[in-house]
Amino acid sequence: MKVLMFGWEFPPKIYGGLAVASYGITKGLSLQPDVETTFCLPKPCGEEEKFLRIIGMNQVPIVYRDHDWNYVRSRIPDYMTPEDYYRFRDHIYADFSYMNTNDMGCMEFAGGYPGNLHDEINNFSIIAGVVARSEEFDIIHAHDWLTYPAGVHAKLVSGKPLCIHVHATDFDRSRGKVNPTVYSIEKNGMDHADCIMCVSELTRRTVINEYHQDPAKVFAMHNAVYPLSQELQDLPRPDHSKEKVVTFLGRITMQKGPEYFVEAASLVLQRTRNIRFCMAGSGDMLDAMINLVAERGIADRFHFPGFMRGKQVYECYKDSDVFVMPSVSEPFGIAPLEAMQCGTPSIISKQSGCGEILTNVIKTDYWDIHAMADAIYAICTYPSLFKYLQEEGLREVNEITWEKVAQRIRRLYDQTIERFYK
Amino acid sequence: MKTICLYFEMHQIIHLKRYRFFDIGRDHYYYDDYENERSITEIAERSYVPALQTLIAMARENDKYFKVAISLSGVGLEQLELHAPQVIDLLQELNATGCVEFLCEPYSHGLAALANEDSFREESLRMRDKIKELFGKAPKVFRNSSLIYSDEIGAQVAAMGFKGMLTEGAKHILGWKSPHFIYHCSLNPNLKLLLRDYKLSDDISLRFSDSSWSEYPLYADTYMDWIAQMPEEEQVINIFMELSALGIFQPLSSNILEFLHALPQCARERGITFSTPTELCTKGKSVAPLEVPYNISWVDEERDTSCWLGNAMQREAFNKLYSVADRVRICNDRRIKQDWDYLQASNNFRFMTTKPASVGLNRGIYDNPYDAFTNYMNILGDFINRVNTLYPADIDNEELNSLLTTIKNQGEEIEQKDKEIERLQKQLEKYTGAEPAPKKAAPAAKKAPAPKKAAAPKAAPAPKKAAPAPKAEPAKKAEPKKTATKKK
Repeated sequence: MKVLMFGWEFPPKIYGGLAVASYGITKGLSLQPDVETTFCLPKPCGEEEKFLRIIGMNQVPIVYRDHDWNYVRSRIPDYMTPEDYYRFRDHIYADFSYMNTNDMGCMEFAGGYPGNLHDEINNFSIIAGVVARSEEFDIIHAHDWLTYPAGVHAKLVSGKPLCIHVHATDFDRSRGKVNPTVYSIEKNGMDHADCIMCVSELTRRTVINEYHQDPAKVFAMHNAVYPLSQELQDLPRPDHSKEKVVTFLGRITMQKGPEYFVEAASLVLQRTRNIRFCMAGSGDMLDAMINLVAERGIADRFHFPGFMRGKQVYECYKDSDVFVMPSVSEPFGIAPLEAMQCGTPSIISKQSGCGEILTNVIKTDYWDIHAMADAIYAICTYPSLFKYLQEEGLREVNEITWEKVAQRIRRLYDQTIERFYK
Repeated sequence: MKTICLYFEMHQIIHLKRYRFFDIGRDHYYYDDYENERSITEIAERSYVPALQTLIAMARENDKYFKVAISLSGVGLEQLELHAPQVIDLLQELNATGCVEFLCEPYSHGLAALANEDSFREESLRMRDKIKELFGKAPKVFRNSSLIYSDEIGAQVAAMGFKGMLTEGAKHILGWKSPHFIYHCSLNPNLKLLLRDYKLSDDISLRFSDSSWSEYPLYADTYMDWIAQMPEEEQVINIFMELSALGIFQPLSSNILEFLHALPQCARERGITFSTPTELCTKGKSVAPLEVPYNISWVDEERDTSCWLGNAMQREAFNKLYSVADRVRICNDRRIKQDWDYLQASNNFRFMTTKPASVGLNRGIYDNPYDAFTNYMNILGDFINRVNTLYPADIDNEELNSLLTTIKNQGEEIEQKDKEIERLQKQLEKYTGAEPAPKKAAPAAKKAPAPKKAAAPKAAPAPKKAAPAPKAEPAKKAEPKKTATKKK
């Protein structure tokens, strides 16, 4: 089975959870010998792992340019051959010479999430038309709303079934105040999709209720985690017998509910002094949070270490006794799983999708700061609870693998194809 | 001749309220009054009252042929007294028919048997007295909370003077043996053991209304046929369950009470009798000792204590709770003792279980085991603080106990001396015949400094009236002792 996948992020360049999930899904699928994945990215950096075929959309011509073989070879990266280039060139379907192309006839992408995101999304879908005409595949799989137009285009061109993967909806990002442009793109993608995979039951319900999709084609497909590398596993857990550390790690933005963490911290600190709080990350609400902490008079016990990347993240998990994710609306939320891998018990909001597959975590409502404070206090005070959550949590999270997710995705592919041609 | 021993357990816990750690040290009331009233009223209405009425009817109609045993936990009884006294009236009515035997169990429905022998003994005997007070007869047969039993618990129960004990006919203990015989405790042959037939018991309490069960619907005559068809030598069939199985676990709409009602008649037709546990334990002969090295209970498929003490959280809570057991027993603060009874109830630990398949487990206000643990530990934190403020924590229990014993003994001594003084003063009055003296002496005897004054003027006139020497002497003796005790 050949899968044409559209994605916006892929490791090693990580902007958010989407890259990790895209990696996990493709890696999991690559373990099935009969699945061949082609992954289309706006702008690969060239250092991606080689277990799947990657097409850089910035290398696909949309305007006919005549170059000889050697010139093309010198201009395109190693993972692509000049033959690929010529094949794409043979499938240009319209005159795009009015567009801003380079000497190869290709579009440039800024990558990531630049200001002209909507233009990039549009360009991405134009190029997808070329790719869909030149590639052979059985099913299309588009990750997140940025690539839905590309997926829809590919479906219309090729007549192949389309799966879309909902990693988040605009309802999660905006607490209900949706951006109409984004909503229309999302809705259009879902309307055209033959199968909608959502990262949680929570998201699935949003898709059904807010986007009015047929429940029969919407499925929950929970994310997973990759086992920690030996290097990360060997990071030491510092001794915290005297003072405990409670951590929030993520974008400091409305969706993640940072203010509830601060309020819970202030409740805990009214009763005990041997606990420190740490809010790692950056975001539009950082300043507001620093103000709030100062207002509550807990700044001596509340720390803002700033944005963390790579190994720092895991050091931070390992240096914590409790990880808290009070998200107001979290489609999945991979962070608690990572914290559990590091042996740190997690408290998550009931509004988090990952809670659906985790039992060895404490779940509270995001607004229930009393319950959250109580849970923080309990884990810091009662060693048996800490130890139980640590050991059982680790065991549980080790069972959640991308391999199993990919098997489920595969089954959905088969079903979708069968239904599509019936 | 086969005989059935039918036994029902009545227990409802005092529900704990949502107790945050901010409340520690500020709020010493731990209970959810609304939930307590609501749940006990509901259970009484839906289960206890109709079930007891049926039992009373069965007892009256079958005139001594039908017999049943019931046990109540102390905390459950308190709940009934407060919110559903009509159930107690029904129990009295049932008692008046003479067909019921009341058994004894630990007051708190707790796990003291696994932790603290003295506490276990204390609360069991307290319950025995309470049952005697209520129903006029001291129970002779014991059932531990959730039928928890091991050889050691058996020995402890035998030492309290019980003749028999009920426990689970757990397969891993019995092996090839049948539960349809009377056994005895391997450590004390005087304690007979009645083993629950879990198949026949669960047929009623678990499966009766289950329409996917192969025997559904179950009729009383089929049920009695099963018993009648058992091998001739298997004579004692113990059917034990919670009373709330009738009406709560098996809804009344399943006609479970009609089923129950028909049992005595069907049994009589097949020559099967009913017996109370005491009858079995006194008249029946034990066939063999039963060795139970590890704790068994009637809960879950494992029939062990893992649903209360299976995970580390439960064990921490359990150990913390019983770490103050001795202190609580020594003290005489009534509220602490009361809280102690309520906190011990094994249900509190069951809420924390993380076992995957717990049949019909209702965690009450708790979302999950961690929630239950956190709430309980917060309450326990406050409770332990209160216990520790009673007596300094740095005195160990033995020392404290000996100090308290000394104080108690001295108190008794003083009381005795007071009586002695009073007696002597009365004697003195006889001799003197003086009238003003007794009025003063009577109230004065109670106060420590007063007797000195009172004694002195009395002692003075006494010799004048030719009081003989021997009588003055005891009065003098009493005086120094008084001052001595005062110093202490």
